[in-house]
Amino acid sequence: MDLSAINPVLLIASLMVAATPLLFAAIGELVVEKSGVLNLGVEGMMIIGAVAGFATAVETGSPMLGFVAAAGAGAALSVLFAILTQYAQANQVASGLSLTLFGLGLSALMGQSYVGIKPPQMPKLDIPVLSDLPVIGPILFGHDPMLYVAIAVIAAVWAVIKFTRIGLVLRAVGENHDAAHALGYKVVRIRIMAILFGGACAGLGGAYISLIRVPQWTEGMTAGIGWIALALVVFASWKPWRVLLGAYLFGGVTVVQLNLQAAGVAIPVEYLAMSPYLITILVLVILSADKSSAPAALGRNFHAAR
Amino acid sequence: MIRLEKRPQPSRAWSLATPLVAVLATMVAGGMLFGVLGKDPVEAIRTIFWEPLFGEFAFYYRPQLLVKGAPLVLIAIGLSLGFKAGIWNIGAEGQYIIGALCGAGIGLAFYPLEGWYIFPLMVIGGAFGGWLWAMIPGFLKVRFGTNEILVSLMLVYVAEQFLASMSLGLLRNPEGHGFPGSRNFNSYDSATSWINESAGMHWGVVAALIAVIFAYVLLNRHMTGYHIRLTGEAPRAAKFAGVNPARLVLFCLGTSGMLAGLAGLFEVAGPSGQVSIDFNVGYGFTAIIVAFLGRLHPVGILLAGGLMALTYIGGDIAQSNLQLPSAAIQVFQGMLLFFLLAFDLLTNFRISLGKPEVA
Repeated sequence: MDLSAINPVLLIASLMVAATPLLFAAIGELVVEKSGVLNLGVEGMMIIGAVAGFATAVETGSPMLGFVAAAGAGAALSVLFAILTQYAQANQVASGLSLTLFGLGLSALMGQSYVGIKPPQMPKLDIPVLSDLPVIGPILFGHDPMLYVAIAVIAAVWAVIKFTRIGLVLRAVGENHDAAHALGYKVVRIRIMAILFGGACAGLGGAYISLIRVPQWTEGMTAGIGWIALALVVFASWKPWRVLLGAYLFGGVTVVQLNLQAAGVAIPVEYLAMSPYLITILVLVILSADKSSAPAALGRNFHAAR
Repeated sequence: MIRLEKRPQPSRAWSLATPLVAVLATMVAGGMLFGVLGKDPVEAIRTIFWEPLFGEFAFYYRPQLLVKGAPLVLIAIGLSLGFKAGIWNIGAEGQYIIGALCGAGIGLAFYPLEGWYIFPLMVIGGAFGGWLWAMIPGFLKVRFGTNEILVSLMLVYVAEQFLASMSLGLLRNPEGHGFPGSRNFNSYDSATSWINESAGMHWGVVAALIAVIFAYVLLNRHMTGYHIRLTGEAPRAAKFAGVNPARLVLFCLGTSGMLAGLAGLFEVAGPSGQVSIDFNVGYGFTAIIVAFLGRLHPVGILLAGGLMALTYIGGDIAQSNLQLPSAAIQVFQGMLLFFLLAFDLLTNFRISLGKPEVA
């Protein structure tokens, strides 16, 4: 066992990379849940984003186009969820599950000819002087652009929810859809927009895994990150900045356990690999006592009776 | 203008018809998908739904229906109890794995002893393992109000890692020349779940049929079943009627875990034969589709389990005969759930054309 091989600066830098898929998926789901909809299909939308982004990046040679395609694919899959829950009045839990099952199958089908291929690389940010600074350079200025986009999305969601009229309407719909409807807000339309946003974000998160974090395509490669993202929203008590905190915490656990595996700690690999899931459960237990911040209409369908 | 009017009562006719409509719609959409993949759609659908039942090699495939259908029905029956009451155990895959590990562990501990009591002990072990694994989300939900969906799902990944560790370590066949995986139960007479292998009969099939009857009686003739239905349909009324929600959560999660654990044990001691890293093939997740397709009704689940087993077998045939990718059948199964949920609209709502009347 050689713990000295673990470099704290690299650890923090790779923690940020490991956390970014979670960040995208969780902030998208946060918006969806703020509008009062529980979409359990995050895992399915992520994996579709992962394969669509990967395929597009390989075919066009542009990782950026890959991310655009991934957002589109995630949003496209979420349309199915929107139709089921907003128009067909289907149970949200069941619809979300079906989205995940369908997405996992479809991604395996789409990705068949892409197994074992290397995607084009995303250039890393390289700012003269700043990126070369010791310690701060690799942590703050040495990443790929999408990592900063994720943080920017968090900031944007926070600002929109807190300071704008759109955010206020979104929250109203999520807290009490009947009152919002009575005030003349288009509940269904607003929820569909939120679902689409969530789908696009989940797609980006998936593509971040297949294009930057891993980077290659394997079946089922999201390995539960979509579900951890759902747990993260609860952890964050539906507050955007806490999503960032939580994602870095989970990213940290993942990276530390990977480093411990590499360093050959006496704990078997399988037990280390369990740890992110176990810690997710632990965090859920600690935080589930306080449900007061959950949107009041979460998971309830709205049908305007006339 | 198309409008939806809520029916005063769910339509019974549509409730029975939607699974059939959904299957037909899935055949059409699935055929289109296969067409996009460059296969003859009619031939592909015929291979999946006709070949296993009435094709040339049907004598071989029909027993397979029992082998594949039994675990699906067994797990789905358990899940349906919880789903009816709004308790979402979606980690059946994990309970299946842990049940198999516990039962197999007991069997392997007795090796090479022969005795009539070994298999019953394994069955108890399997049921206990699944029950225990499902009790974790159950206990956390009752004690701390933790979301059972997320916890039960997280535990699937934990169980998979646990399975890897077991099949590479503790349960590995000492005479297996270092290959991962346990001893094979099919060559250990006291511990095999087969009754008649060529007919596809194993104890899991028997257990699945018993579970169907048990669930039917429970839901229609027993107080607990009434409480389950009441909680699902009118949670507030259930509260006033004195239903203890904590006990209901533990009962539903425990029962579904137990049945999933049993399914895992029968699988590992029969069709799969050994504990190996990837002996689980996702029955725990497919069973969710089976439960919904069967309208959460025991008899419906029996039929739905048979249908889903058919798509598995037909998918295998289509894979070897038409080179249809194996993932295509997974998409097909996912589509089925989509259409089912979508057409369910017709059960609860009436579609009316024209302008709304002024009240």
